[in-house]
Amino acid sequence: MQHLSIFPILIPLLFGTIMLLPPISRDIHAQRVTSIIGTLFLLISSAFLLYQINNQGVQLYALGGWQAPFGIALVADKVSGLLVLLTAFLAFAVMLYAVAGQDKGGAYFHPLFMFQIMGINGAFLTGDIFNLFVFFEVLLIASYALLIHAGGKQKTQAALHYVILNLVGSSLFLFGLGILYGTLGTLNMADMAIKVGQLQGETATLAKTGALLLLVVFGLKAAMLPMHFWLPKTYASASAPVAALFAIMTKVGVYSIFRVYTVVFGEHAGELANIATPWLWPLALLTITIGSIGVLASPGIKTLSANLVIVSSGSLLACAAINSEAATSAALYYMVHSTLASAGLFLLADIMARQRGKAEDRFVRSRPFVQPRLLGFAFAILALALVGMPPLSGFVGKIMILQATQSTAQTMWVWPLILLGSLAALVTFSRAGTTLFWRHNGTVLAEAEPAKPMEIASIALLLLAAPILVLFGGAVSEFTLQAAHYLHDIQSSAYALLPGVTP
Amino acid sequence: MEGMYAFCVGLLTACGIFLALRGRTFSVVIGLTLLSYAVNLFLFASGRLKLNAAAVLEQSEQYSDPLPQALVLTAIVIGFAMTAFVVILAMRARADLGNDHVDGTIPEQPNNTTQKSGGSQ
Repeated sequence: MQHLSIFPILIPLLFGTIMLLPPISRDIHAQRVTSIIGTLFLLISSAFLLYQINNQGVQLYALGGWQAPFGIALVADKVSGLLVLLTAFLAFAVMLYAVAGQDKGGAYFHPLFMFQIMGINGAFLTGDIFNLFVFFEVLLIASYALLIHAGGKQKTQAALHYVILNLVGSSLFLFGLGILYGTLGTLNMADMAIKVGQLQGETATLAKTGALLLLVVFGLKAAMLPMHFWLPKTYASASAPVAALFAIMTKVGVYSIFRVYTVVFGEHAGELANIATPWLWPLALLTITIGSIGVLASPGIKTLSANLVIVSSGSLLACAAINSEAATSAALYYMVHSTLASAGLFLLADIMARQRGKAEDRFVRSRPFVQPRLLGFAFAILALALVGMPPLSGFVGKIMILQATQSTAQTMWVWPLILLGSLAALVTFSRAGTTLFWRHNGTVLAEAEPAKPMEIASIALLLLAAPILVLFGGAVSEFTLQAAHYLHDIQSSAYALLPGVTP
Repeated sequence: MEGMYAFCVGLLTACGIFLALRGRTFSVVIGLTLLSYAVNLFLFASGRLKLNAAAVLEQSEQYSDPLPQALVLTAIVIGFAMTAFVVILAMRARADLGNDHVDGTIPEQPNNTTQKSGGSQ
């Protein structure tokens, strides 16, 4: 079907708008049903889109029939298809959790959730760098409002930092875009990839400034080292479904880094070839280090999961720095794994916090859980997956990253840091598990309620991804390798994305 | 013309960054607004500055690039919405946290002269 590639943007937009209108906007039950149906539609259409991309190759969609580079184009290749499917799956699982009661904390949770998904999907699908900015803003403004969902001092304080930082980031994004448009004369990524090789002298220096400004912005979104301070507080204070959905937000930043610095400023970019690599190397390694230190120092599960998000961002940035097809493929696999696993941990942390009373999610002696076996089982699986222990997907993902290193120097830097990061996670998870499940006093909290079936189903869905990613590991990694090949080999396919331009 | 324009954009950006680095939400919001003005002017200039060159066909001999103008319009709309949101959030933070500092607490001054009870008492 020709219009399939715009469905992941249109479906959340339509459902979000419908939920703002009177008959549904008054009734929380109707909103819940609509949201579940919406995310289910989204999941089905994203799966179809991926199937179509796999069979027929890249889908180019010119909005309004205006051909690129003058019109706006959506490019659904294997990378964006995979990430859109990941977003849809995450949204469906998180929505199952939210409808069990977490959505009652404030008005408009459901429409905002839909608009955020629309922004994320749009950022993955667009083939035009200005629309990347527009979709970033769509997902950001929805995330600002979602972050303060359910209210509270903690959230307002975290939201203030988050909003101000991201507004400065948006200004820098526009400065970068202005410079790139002024030097290249186009904003279509395929067209930029063709034209960037011809830049010389002063113009090349100017374009380099613009490109590195964009790296700052994407680094802010991806929580790269000097710009990661907002993340632990923001993620730890957000309500559970929101934090779980935010698990994909850092990945949008990482995706943009891959897209811009391999497609536009990649190997073939003349004077500007691989300009981001010398910056990415130290920053990625330091991000892993600082994330691991944060993991060791975490006082509660929510902060721990937020710090694990920083570590996984650092690992993905290291893949971007290695800059090879194998590394990009490893990054895509690891991205799917870490998004789902950390979202699961955010949701599980919320259930645990509710059953422990005043101790919440902190690692202190407290009352026992209402459902110790169920929670313990889920916690053990998530811990194994996030640490990267053998039977689950974290292990495969980390092995792929480690194997992707090319030279001895790269191996010397990447291997110890990633392995020590895993050790830090292992230490913290063992400490957390013993405190949470074995060190109790008193009796079960009287008002603690067991987790609702929908919440358990949601976490189970996210947990199932870990063994499935291993069982079908061969097929998945073959797919990510093809996707990575397409990303790195853009020169041969750039003209196919620009029907109006001849070489 | 170009020099004057560049100077203005630079001045706006410098003022915006200075104010955005202040500790109180009001000056931060003003700083963000100045920064977004600077960005809009900068984007407008990315299509090069030209005199007597309309972006409409058959109005003049030479044409200016219409795309930056469309980009600026989009950026203005988005910037406006974001400013409105940050103003409301700043007011909410003032109400929730009891002060208008961006960190939610007013940091203690190491050499605060008002707290010194000197020998005059």
